[in-house]
Amino acid sequence: MASVVESKKACSVNPLKMSQPLGASLAFLGLDACMPVMHGSQGCTSFGLVLLVRHFKEAIPLQTTAMNEVTSILGGYDNIEAALLNIRKRAAPKIIAICSTGLTETKGDDVDGYIVTVRKRKPELADTEIVYVSTPDYVGGFEDGYAHAVTAIVRTLVKPLPLKADQVTLLPGSHLSPADIDELREIIEAFGLTAVVLPDISGSLDGHIPPDWRGTTLGGTTLEQIRAAGASAFTLGVGEQTREAALALQEIAGTPLEVFERLTGLECNDRLLQRLAHISGRPVPPKYRRQRSQLLDAMLDGHFYTGGTKVAIAAEPDLLLAVGSLLHEMGAELRCCVSTTKSAAHALLPAETVILGDLEDLEKGATDCDVLITHSHGRQAAERLGKPLLRIGFPVFDRIGNAHRCQVGYRGTMALIFEIANTMMEQIGHHHATDWPLTPEALRAATHGATAGAPVSPGPITPSLAEASA
Amino acid sequence: MSVLLKAKIAEVFEEPGCDINQGKSEKERKKGCTKQLNPGAAAGGCAFDGAKIALQPIADVAHLVHGPIACEGNSWDNRHSASSHSQIYRTGFTTDINELDVIYGGEKRLFKSIREIIDKYDPPAVFVYQTCVTALVGDDIEAVCQRATEKFGKPIIPVNAPGFAGPKNLGNKLGAEALLDYVIGTREPEFTTPYDINIIGEYNLVGELWQVKPLLDALGIRILSCISGDGRYNEVATAHRAKVNMMVCSKSMINIATKMEQRWGIPYFEGSFYGIGDMSDTLRQIAKLLVQTGAPTDLLDRTERLIEVEEARAWKRIAHYKQRLAGKRVLLITGGVKSWSVVAALQEGGMEIVGTSVKKSTKEDKEKIKEIMGEGADAHMIDDMTPREMYAMLRDARADIMLSGGRSQFVALKARMPWLDINQERHHPYGGYEGMVELVAEIDRAIFNPVWQQVRIPAPWGEDGETLGALELAGVQ
Repeated sequence: MASVVESKKACSVNPLKMSQPLGASLAFLGLDACMPVMHGSQGCTSFGLVLLVRHFKEAIPLQTTAMNEVTSILGGYDNIEAALLNIRKRAAPKIIAICSTGLTETKGDDVDGYIVTVRKRKPELADTEIVYVSTPDYVGGFEDGYAHAVTAIVRTLVKPLPLKADQVTLLPGSHLSPADIDELREIIEAFGLTAVVLPDISGSLDGHIPPDWRGTTLGGTTLEQIRAAGASAFTLGVGEQTREAALALQEIAGTPLEVFERLTGLECNDRLLQRLAHISGRPVPPKYRRQRSQLLDAMLDGHFYTGGTKVAIAAEPDLLLAVGSLLHEMGAELRCCVSTTKSAAHALLPAETVILGDLEDLEKGATDCDVLITHSHGRQAAERLGKPLLRIGFPVFDRIGNAHRCQVGYRGTMALIFEIANTMMEQIGHHHATDWPLTPEALRAATHGATAGAPVSPGPITPSLAEASA
Repeated sequence: MSVLLKAKIAEVFEEPGCDINQGKSEKERKKGCTKQLNPGAAAGGCAFDGAKIALQPIADVAHLVHGPIACEGNSWDNRHSASSHSQIYRTGFTTDINELDVIYGGEKRLFKSIREIIDKYDPPAVFVYQTCVTALVGDDIEAVCQRATEKFGKPIIPVNAPGFAGPKNLGNKLGAEALLDYVIGTREPEFTTPYDINIIGEYNLVGELWQVKPLLDALGIRILSCISGDGRYNEVATAHRAKVNMMVCSKSMINIATKMEQRWGIPYFEGSFYGIGDMSDTLRQIAKLLVQTGAPTDLLDRTERLIEVEEARAWKRIAHYKQRLAGKRVLLITGGVKSWSVVAALQEGGMEIVGTSVKKSTKEDKEKIKEIMGEGADAHMIDDMTPREMYAMLRDARADIMLSGGRSQFVALKARMPWLDINQERHHPYGGYEGMVELVAEIDRAIFNPVWQQVRIPAPWGEDGETLGALELAGVQ
């Protein structure tokens, strides 16, 4: 429903967007025993790593090909080869996943070709899978990088296999937390199905204590599981960003698919459970019938605080749609919507326009709103405006527990409603005696022709009132 | 890379204030002072990162990053450098170039961006940072900045330190060069005093400068400019009128100190605000140099008396902890000046240093460590420790606490050992006498938190969940 408006500014102020390689790296971090690598200068990796650490509060394995000026111009083959060998030697991952950056894309490194050559030259890498995705920094954003990376994993590693009727593939979008993935897996398993989750950051970035130190990811989708996706009976995607990979699975293994535009909200989760019931041939478990009823009650309790609320929200397309739609369904008005890149999701957003812009655009649009909803970088704007900030998405670096925030399924939707309603409840102010002054016209009417000695003014005149009548 | 940048890099590699550099042959010197990076086994920021760290604390300036979204979008608002005045330095400005800019060049977008910033925010100056992609496509930021300076009548300063030029440390120096070329010496202060100093390489992280400034204020010493913490553009521009330069963060901006000495004859010394002894030495050095350059000699006595009072007070406050922390073993993973300044501080708190990393330290830093730690210091200097080794050291309880930067915190936490942040992302200030008490208090708070006993309780059912104890409790025989 929303029409997309692209910002006309030359200068982005207080960026909302993050780069494609960072999104791709997050996808790779959901693979078990994996080492993601950015093919670029060391700063590309360093910035991404710091941000991921600040959000997840976890050690982040992320390497760099450490390109310098000379290798950038001459081409990065030697750096790719050296990086692969070094990583193989030091961390022995099962998968090394490479994404390109603006630097190497500007030069035009043919990394696909490099990998073919490395494979020929270095047989010691035979036991290591290599995945590559092209993610120039100057095209798209975080969500696009993630989407392309998941597709690259599928295209590189999935082969068609004999059908397993009770197995489904779940493709979570980049806006899903480890807790979100756990929730969806639990729902799927409640129908007697097994889920191959690709990628699965609930295994690697959920904040657990591993028995020993590992240089690679600490869990996630194993190589065997990725390959096994070729046998799944169905693909469930969460967010428009997963369509690309879901279609790739269909193309490779003939797997039918459904992409849920979101799983935050009531009706979309009804559809999910219906779909699962259909795939498994089992009825919806009582647990979820109960949870649905709880969600309805939460919506009833919550709508008092969300109804009529004016919202300024900025997020990546799929997250914007998920949270924005829920707010709309709860009676809030999406007064200002800002997003990062183009997406089919924007067409579904219940708002007039969505600006592809930055947090300056959000701040400007938020002046007459009640609440700001965006990632932690919105804190400066919220402070300046003196309005509450509800933190969503990535990065959230000034709160802990991000991995365990669940916002999907009936239960997660309920939790998000509580969070929003409580934020709004805190804003309910006390009224004062002077909050409802009469208009000058009313005052004149009331005092016109009054006899001498009678009160000239009805009740106390407040300063603002006096000013207004002056 | 532009010829200009190449010459600049060669220039910062030629460092008269650095003994190692002077000890090298002409050919060796050209290679620079940083180790060649190892693809697939490298860590740390790039030159752009370094330049931004060095200059962003100048708080009333708009810092505009000319490049794709990664450079600013992935990194802005990530440090706690504090400002007592403008907040514009915390605003993220970037040209966020797109594919067409890569093809046709991004100079026009850059110029328009500068105009937008001046129209909307009107800062006293704009710093423009070059990045890899825009450098590679040949955007001439010096030319754009010159044109913008003429057009808008405001200093628009090019900072030419694209990421691929080298590591963070080189970027610090290239950032400093921008100040030397375009800022320092371009304005005159309203007045000068015999007590004017510059503090160079102090970034006022979490307000650390303000733990030290009251001491200087009390002595009548004026910070003419701090480069760059809590900085003001116009103050930095007048820095050439200071009597003395203090260089704080080891070698990160040594080129400012040496070049200001060459150009304006300002003597400099290297000091530290970390640790009680170091803080006192720093005050003495400042006083001594100011007196040498013409300040009245009573400054020396006043300084000594202030040191006496402050040291006594700090020791008294630390004494409470010293007893509790005596013999606690610290693993220190940091670099540069902190590898020795913090060592002295911890020893003052009664702690034992079981290891200090010297990967990013200079030869002089290492000499200082030897001086401070005495016999056997060599054994405790760690050149390159892998996270796995650090983890093993902590898990085997060969250290009681690790002090390091944010990204290696999990090495300690996952080994269920205390950890304290001492790098740029920390939330506690550790400067001066006040800061040292704070550091010791924080270490105490970390080590003696009862949570460590809790998290080390093994699960009664063992790793596989099936040991006998658990089965018995569950009533299964």
